[in-house]
Amino acid sequence: MSVIISQNQNPNPWFCTPLSLIDLALRNTYILYMEEVLIEESESGNSCTDEAAPALIAVHPTESSVVVAVGSELRVFDLKGDSAVSPLDELGGPHHSASIRAISFSSDGELFASAGDDKIIKIWKTDSWNCIRTVQSEKKVSAVSISQDSQYVTFADKFGVVWIVSLKEDRDTKAVPILGHYCSIITSMKFSPDGRFIATADRDYKIRITVFPRNALKGAHEIQSFCLGHTDFVSCLAFVCSQDQSKGFVLSGGGDLTVRLWDYISGSLLYTCALDDKAGILEASEIEENDKRAVTDICASSDGSLISVAVQGFNGVMLLSCDLVAKTLSFVKNVSMEKSFIPTSLVLVSSKERLWTVMGASNLTSSDLNNNNQRLLTRVRIISFLQKDPLDSCSRDPALLEDSQVPGGEKLLMQLQGCLDAAAQEAAFAAAAAAVRTSLQNMMIKKQYSVERRELRKRNRNDKKIKS
Amino acid sequence: MSATARLPRKRFYRARAHSNPLSDSHFPVPICPSDVDFASHYPQFSGNPMVRFADVGCGFGGLLVALSPLFPDTLIIGMELRDKVTEYVKDRIHGLRPTNPGHYNNISVVRTNSMKYIPNYFHKAQLSKMFFLFPDPHFKEKNHRRRVISPHLLDEYAYVMQLGGILYTVTDVDELGDWMKSCLQNHPLFEPVGEDEITTDPVVKLLTSATEEGQKVARNGGQTFMAIYRRVASKED
Repeated sequence: MSVIISQNQNPNPWFCTPLSLIDLALRNTYILYMEEVLIEESESGNSCTDEAAPALIAVHPTESSVVVAVGSELRVFDLKGDSAVSPLDELGGPHHSASIRAISFSSDGELFASAGDDKIIKIWKTDSWNCIRTVQSEKKVSAVSISQDSQYVTFADKFGVVWIVSLKEDRDTKAVPILGHYCSIITSMKFSPDGRFIATADRDYKIRITVFPRNALKGAHEIQSFCLGHTDFVSCLAFVCSQDQSKGFVLSGGGDLTVRLWDYISGSLLYTCALDDKAGILEASEIEENDKRAVTDICASSDGSLISVAVQGFNGVMLLSCDLVAKTLSFVKNVSMEKSFIPTSLVLVSSKERLWTVMGASNLTSSDLNNNNQRLLTRVRIISFLQKDPLDSCSRDPALLEDSQVPGGEKLLMQLQGCLDAAAQEAAFAAAAAAVRTSLQNMMIKKQYSVERRELRKRNRNDKKIKS
Repeated sequence: MSATARLPRKRFYRARAHSNPLSDSHFPVPICPSDVDFASHYPQFSGNPMVRFADVGCGFGGLLVALSPLFPDTLIIGMELRDKVTEYVKDRIHGLRPTNPGHYNNISVVRTNSMKYIPNYFHKAQLSKMFFLFPDPHFKEKNHRRRVISPHLLDEYAYVMQLGGILYTVTDVDELGDWMKSCLQNHPLFEPVGEDEITTDPVVKLLTSATEEGQKVARNGGQTFMAIYRRVASKED
């Protein structure tokens, strides 16, 4: 682009000189290039303005509180105290000012971390919802995680570097880089349940399993394995382990619309579950042909017996099951929700047998005109797996809870959704789903240029000086 | 036809001196190491051939050609990002094979961005030697992340190298030499190879003499800076 700008500012020598054959050739190239630029502008026009961040949900391990992040807002509901909570920063640190992209509870539930496009990471105490630390990042943050011992917070930036902050040390210690995916976007980052490994997934189809060292501030240099097999970006990870905890596995989902099961110690692919042919997903989604769809979130019970998957364009949740002895995945069923409700984030609370889902986007506001205080709109739905027959452990019948059955009731919905009649705003949700999808696609899918276009771009590189 | 007539001539393979390692790749990338068809690279080696040496940024392939007779039973791969240069090396090897029967069957080249896709080509602990000869210096601090030796990338090189494997680097740029040495020195999975071992290692001489870039430096009477390190188990514990 800068080529064009500079040429517009200076009188263009190409058009002043008499037209020799060479000039003519140059002009043709230039005209072609202008066309090129116009094409690019029309293609990339939307991506700059409509960067929609999906709404996220996180639930305390014992379900004592629920957090929804939408845009720059953190909405907390204390289920134990049955009240809405506003997170506070008594240290006077900045609040989130741009879309929150990653949230996470620590495994003991005492800490919570949030981070995103405003390049800050905030760490909260969950008993008081007070911010205990605000960390600055150099780049936008795409993933955040708290180590199993709650001693460290790691976050990944959009250039593929994972940083670490120690919570033991002083408040002013800076984050240090511990590992890097070379110039890729890290999409998901999780600690293994035993805390020995940190798994990172990226846009370049890779999952890296790194040994998490005792002195993590010195960097995580020892790579245990790479889990390679996805044929498109990887979007989400979930750890599962066998009942006796002796063997660990990781599940992943991605842009190739598969869920894969890996032995992360060796990095070997154990099973691939392709979702594109799964029970009516095509009909249910009513999505145009040749449109790519991706797995956007995956959430599993610790033993893998219940896996929930969110898929772009599918209004509901897909349930899978993992047999860790046979090392297979099997499709269980689809739980459909109301039209246009396409979950953007999932949390499974094993202890309560409930799956929390949220749908929303940073650009989705309530279209209700009576509502003067415009709040970002989200929709929370819960699927309950409570067994009807306690003797039959296999028949977990998923039931979609009505708004009146939701724990916390109207108060919770008001706090997390921003309004009570979210279900009625179907058009808005449909628009949000499309926006979330487009922005994910823009971020993850590599642009394919034809050979001619690439040659043209090379010939018109902006570091080449134009002789006048 | 004489041997020289079959060999490619560099002037038909002119390319830019540098290539952007950060840009998205437009060439096919293998999904995982077993996806790479190494058998077609080394038709004389049957079974499942395992590459042991990698020359990262092999350029015009001088080192590959020099290493080939020294290690006739070891498979060696060159990795190069610039497509025309890769084509040249490919044609050079294919030109050498028929005129030297029984030789040069153990070397080949792939076009790839090794800074991004090393784990897509090699299994864990597969390589016993890696070469980084005269890499792009990227002087500006802003561009240091484009350097092929960097703390984070060394993690990946350590992953594909077996314990005891040796990583060779050489440059004619003083500043880059210091950089590579300090990166390796500070990495817990590498330790310097002893002085006496360096003098007896036949490969070390080739670092400066075999490559086109090395010969150019020698012609101009320039200095070279080597850093040779061994992959070890973690020094930390």
